[in-house]
Amino acid sequence: MTDIVPEGVESIELIAVRQGAFGVSGSGDTSGFGGLVAPVLMPGPSSRPYGDGFDALADELELSLAARGLPAHSAIEKVVVDRGEITFHVRREHLVEFVRALRDEPGLRFELCMGVSGVHYPLEEGRELHAVYPFLSVTHNRRLRVEVSAPDSDPHIPSIVALYPSNDWHERETWDFFGIVFDGHPALTRIEMPDDWVGHPQRKDYPLGGIPVEYKGATIPPPDQRRAYT
Amino acid sequence: MADITFTSQDVDDPYAGSYETTEGTVYTVTGGDWDTIEAAPEGETERIVVNMGPQHPSTHGVLRLILELEGESVTEATCGIGYLHTGIEKNLEYRSWVQGVTFVTRMDYLSPFFNETAYCLAVEKLLGITDQIPERANVIRVMMMELNRISSHLVALATGGMELGALTAMTFGFRERELVLDLFEMVTGLRMNSAYVRPGGVAQDLPAGAEEKIRETLPLLKKRMKDTADLLVDNTIWMGRTVNVGYLDLTGCMALGITGPVLRSTGLPHDLRKSQPYCGYETYEFDVPTTDTCDAYGRFLIRLAEMQESMKIVEQCLDRLKPGPVMVADKKIAWPAQLSIGADGQGNSLDHIRQIMSESMEALIHHFKLVTEGFQVPAGQVYSAVESPRGELGAHVVSSGGTRPYRVHFRDPSFNNLQATAATCVGGMVPDVIAAVASLDPVMGGVDR
Repeated sequence: MTDIVPEGVESIELIAVRQGAFGVSGSGDTSGFGGLVAPVLMPGPSSRPYGDGFDALADELELSLAARGLPAHSAIEKVVVDRGEITFHVRREHLVEFVRALRDEPGLRFELCMGVSGVHYPLEEGRELHAVYPFLSVTHNRRLRVEVSAPDSDPHIPSIVALYPSNDWHERETWDFFGIVFDGHPALTRIEMPDDWVGHPQRKDYPLGGIPVEYKGATIPPPDQRRAYT
Repeated sequence: MADITFTSQDVDDPYAGSYETTEGTVYTVTGGDWDTIEAAPEGETERIVVNMGPQHPSTHGVLRLILELEGESVTEATCGIGYLHTGIEKNLEYRSWVQGVTFVTRMDYLSPFFNETAYCLAVEKLLGITDQIPERANVIRVMMMELNRISSHLVALATGGMELGALTAMTFGFRERELVLDLFEMVTGLRMNSAYVRPGGVAQDLPAGAEEKIRETLPLLKKRMKDTADLLVDNTIWMGRTVNVGYLDLTGCMALGITGPVLRSTGLPHDLRKSQPYCGYETYEFDVPTTDTCDAYGRFLIRLAEMQESMKIVEQCLDRLKPGPVMVADKKIAWPAQLSIGADGQGNSLDHIRQIMSESMEALIHHFKLVTEGFQVPAGQVYSAVESPRGELGAHVVSSGGTRPYRVHFRDPSFNNLQATAATCVGGMVPDVIAAVASLDPVMGGVDR
């Protein structure tokens, strides 16, 4: 799939491939536009200056990471500034040290981690599973987002529960719904689904379920199997 | 029954044996781990594990508490949740962006307007139209949210009171909430789950007479709330049940990510309406009440005071409601028609029907495309947060450039705050568990989503 990404585009976050002109599939196409193929990419990496006061934040972060013996370029894959929000894509092996700097450094002081949200990108080979952590600093009144990825074949991300105990249930939820294994979590068990549930329901390859509805003799399939505009 | 062959010995599952009948296989679920009673370990005489809930009026919803007791003291407290999980986040991925509102409003069913607003703010940020939301729509959103904060706090007070045996507090709380729900019904047509806030604005303008009705209701609410306050604030029994109960200080709150009234009961005036305002909150005058008691009584006082502040905000909203649009001007996003009152109550706007059916083919196509397909949202991700009655309600929304959300995750404050159960309950008495959990005010619809 990645061969349709235009050359010169640095982003590797291919999240969808749009086909045809009208987003509809499964109907007879007589327009000739049905052969169109277009990649959908997430916003690519940003370069300095980031603006919105993010430069000071990034400076502070790089300095404190360097002081901890962790050069910023080895921990951070890329920085994305989009729609007034900053996202640091962090390599998973450096996540814990990165987050420790966020919490402990007086100039950063992100007291609150607002949980973790999983996202499944089946088209991104080798980086299918993403864990997204929103952080809030009450002291400095600012937010940042940390994003970590893991391949489907090795769905392991280190747990940050030891640093942010509030992430206990959030990591359990993300394991439950996406199958991301948070190494070092004290008790990584299912939280919303029953204990003996098979599969991780919010992954993209998990069917929505539902049963066909019959109405006046016609059968309407469940929502994920209907013909749809996307 | 002669043809039954009992085969439970052959089946792996020791708790669900099965046998064949002419109708098919019948599974019998037996008592599970209750079948064997293990002897107490050496040195422990009275260690009891109690399953409180999930169907118990004192657990504040479908919450299962697993308590380990020594006598009347709690030595360990664990929560079992998931009983209300309905897969709303997954369902959203199969609906259009506008339809999503109908789902998120059902998450935390006591604060529907906050769910809707958090979601819509995220969608608007993705679309880049945050600045284009009309003034009137923002004022209406703020007004509905603050009315909703009152109704939600009233339920917290009412159910919390009921759980502690203060039944008058319950009847008072639900009676006052009814006044607010009447306002919701008048404005949105529904008492709960109204799907009123939509990406780009709100679904409908206020109906005729709504402003007057709200103005008339506020004094009555104020008067009755004073009755509730008089009943409980200096009440010896109420204080005996709540003072120094469910203690959680600032350190504990920060470690556990607690926000909302529970955090403010430690003296930290953290409120997103002040620190990171949205919908124009920076232009309203109100205070952020705090206490420094860190206990259930302090949280009760904060909720009482917040209701007063909310009424102040609603009054300011009423004063600045000026005629104008309630939906973004961009016709590629705005819902094509407003409903109007027909002979049968509500119906489609006849003017709009006339236009699309007999005047403009393009308008018909536009209507059809927008209603069936919906609008596309550029790829990207955002996190938007609002201060719900229970704390920071965050929506992490990812778009893949299509007409449906790629992923929506709600950081529900109830879910997060419920993690404080052990910290607030262990070491206390069994009746204090009820008071402590009630003071966290979890709403299980939001916890399980």
